Formats: sequence, C-alpha cells, structure tokens
Amino acid sequence: MEQIAQQFFNLDIMKASFPMLMEGLKITFLLVLVVVPLGLMGGLVAAIASGAKSRWIRWPAYAFVDFFRSMPPLVLLIAVYAGLPFAGIRLDPFAAVALAFLLNNSAYYGEVYRAGIEAVSPGQTEAARSTGLSAPQTMAYVVLPQAVRNVLPDLVSNTVEVVKLTSLASVVSLSEMVYQADMARSVTYNASPIVLAAGVYLVLLWPVVRLISRHGRKIAS
Amino acid sequence: MTLPILELAGLRKSFGELEILTGIDLKVTKGELAFVIGPSGSGKSTMLRCCNLLERPTSGAVMLEGRNIAASGVRLDPVRRRIGMVFQSFNLYPHLDALGNVSLALRKSLKLPRAEAAERAAAALERVGLAERARHHPAQLSGGQQQRVAIARAMALEPAVMLFDEPTSALDPELVGEVLAVMRELREAGMTMVVVSHEMRFAREAADRVIFMDQGAIVEQGTAEEIFGAPKSSRLQAFLARQAA
Repeated sequence: MEQIAQQFFNLDIMKASFPMLMEGLKITFLLVLVVVPLGLMGGLVAAIASGAKSRWIRWPAYAFVDFFRSMPPLVLLIAVYAGLPFAGIRLDPFAAVALAFLLNNSAYYGEVYRAGIEAVSPGQTEAARSTGLSAPQTMAYVVLPQAVRNVLPDLVSNTVEVVKLTSLASVVSLSEMVYQADMARSVTYNASPIVLAAGVYLVLLWPVVRLISRHGRKIAS
Repeated sequence: MTLPILELAGLRKSFGELEILTGIDLKVTKGELAFVIGPSGSGKSTMLRCCNLLERPTSGAVMLEGRNIAASGVRLDPVRRRIGMVFQSFNLYPHLDALGNVSLALRKSLKLPRAEAAERAAAALERVGLAERARHHPAQLSGGQQQRVAIARAMALEPAVMLFDEPTSALDPELVGEVLAVMRELREAGMTMVVVSHEMRFAREAADRVIFMDQGAIVEQGTAEEIFGAPKSSRLQAFLARQAA
C-alpha cells in the first residue's frame, strides 16, 4: 500500500513536475485552438459538399469523410509525420499533429453536421427558397442555425474527444502535456506525473462531460 | 382582356414513370382568387409547386407577368419574390421570432436595411393581427397564429400573386376561421391568389373561380355557383357528393 502511494501518488514528485506539465498543457491548448476551429470549418465544408447535387462534389466529400473516419488517428499521425518526408514534405511535430488531427476531425465534425442538416425538415428549405433566398443564404440563415442546435451536444462531445486525442502527439515527441508527464516519469522512475496529467484532464473535461450528459438534448432546444 | 398575372400553358409533370400533371392550362388575372379543389392525389399541390418552380415542370410554360419563368436560364430567386407561398405545415423558422421570420427575406433577398426590413415586417404582422406577437417564437404561437405569421412572411415581399397550399388543413377546426379571415382581408385588398384547399364554404363565399382537378388535369372550372350548384361532369358530381357525406 505504501509502495503504491509512493509510486502513483507521490505529492513531492507531483509538485516538482507540475510546472513541466503546465508547459505541456500550453501546447495541448494551442493544438486544440488550431484543430477545433479549423476542424469545425473543414467539417462544415465536408457536410455541405456531401449534400451537394453534383456527384462530382458529393463523391469526393463521401470519400474524404469515410477515409479519415476509418483511419486510426495514430496511424494517420505517423503517416503524416514519418511518411510525408519520403515525398519531400517535412513538417515539424506541431504542424504534423495539427494536420493529422485536422483531417481526422473534419471528417468526424462533418458527419455530425451532416446528421444535423438532414434532421432539418425539407419544408424549411422550401419556405426559404420560396421567399427568394438563394441556396447559400438558405443554408446560412435557415438550415445551419437549426442543424447546429440539433447536434450541439455531439459537437461538444467531439470537441472533448479532440482534447483527449492531443495526447497522441507525444508519439512524435511534441511536448504536449502527456509527453512532459512521461518525461518526468522516466527521470523520476515514478508514475505520479502520469497520474497528475490524468488528474488535469479530468478536472478540465469532467465538467463538460457532466454537462452534456445532464443536459444532453436540452442544450439543443 | 387583361394580361394574366400567372398563366400555366401545357404544364406537365412526371416523377419517373408516374405522370402527375397531364397538361394544365390555367390563367389567373389580377385580383382574382382562383380556388382549386379535387381529390387527394389529383395533382393540385404539384401544380401549385410548379407555379414557383419548387417543382420543375417536365414540359410546358409558367408565365409570370408575361414571362416564361420555367424557361432555362431564368434566375429564380428574384422571380420567387414575386410569388408568395403559404404551406400546409406553415414552415416557419423555429429559431427566429415572428419578426425575424417575416424580415429575413426582406433583409437578405430584397437587401433592405435592417431597420426598414423590421418596419415592413412589423407592418405585415400588424395586417395579420399579430403585432403584439412579433417577439414570440413559433413554438410560443398557436397553429392559427403560426399560419398568419407565414402569410405575413409571404405578403411582406409584396408579391404579384400568392399561392396557398392547403393553408388550413393542419389546423384545429377552431383555428381555421382566423386564417380564413386574413385571406379574406387579402382578397379584399386586391391580392391575386391561387388557393388549394378543402374549405368549400370559403370557396363559395370568396372564390372568383373554382377549378376542379382530377387525375392530373383540370376537369371543370367556373364560378362557385356553377361548380357547386350545377356540376356538369360526373367526376365533379361524385367528388362533391363525397365531400357532403
């Protein structure tokens, strides 16, 4: 028992490694700040494209979404970071992680948006078009506001996934929080920094997760 | 003879093998209320939806103020502003309040400045008796009120003609009257209207012309007295007998 406490919950080691972890958390936040807004935009483009009338727009959108949803994010990350250099494209770890997760997340957000758009009654579009609104205006002012409301809990859930996903970046030695925690672990031969990192994730994400399950559909309405 | 505001000529519409409209010829003149009746599946709604190109006709012409809007290359958005449409299920935007529902197209399609659009939208809501409900969302309004907002939304664009697709069919009986009252008021103000509906009493009282459709064609048309008092075709007689039963 004593040994477990020493190995996993050593407060001195936690205190010592805390500044390192906070340095890492900055990178984590930075990644989230890049990947989430761009992913939300990319997802929107994918969703609108997969609802297009022309198959030349629709099919590539399907292919994009299906491919990146089937690809494990870790494989994608290694492919971008370690594979692209063979094609002469060398990205620094941050750019590689951002790109890989952006592709992955655009596909996921795209599916969420698509479900939201499909849940909006076709009568809404007909009413809007009958008043002379163009197709893009109808999408922007009538369909999307309702679609986003329909899937708000899913968009938030997916964003929580993105935050957790950033921990994979440690694989390509991007010094986000988990990487920093693992460094601290290997220096101290003690698992407490990892436990601390887990604690930080928990403190940050648990309220959000709780909010989604409690309010779920209520946020949407 | 005045030029018709809306004219359908040789209008046909098929969905795959299924022919819904088998050749419709119809002229609606300014200020006229044309009332379309017929059994369900007769093509009434499809005909109405062809008038503003929500359905594209397979062949034939849709003439609005003398111009064929079903021709290829016609920009439909400005054309649709000239044709108001009221739907059976209202189709109000649930995320906007009544004023927002009415002013959206004024702002975004007609490009009016926000204040002017709001003013015009408020005037339209006033006309349908809902000035004090301007800040209510559709979910906070009764069915009859929602349909009146929908009428205000179509009317605010000052269209040349308004299409009504079974405007009272989704309403509880006690709410039908308020919607018909608004339509009556519009008619008295000189609005040209094409109404698809089962409200035979309203047809008798307000229609300039009643058009009976069956199996994708216009079978018979005339004044309300002619159609209801002395139906000629056996199909119309049978339809009216079923309605009375």
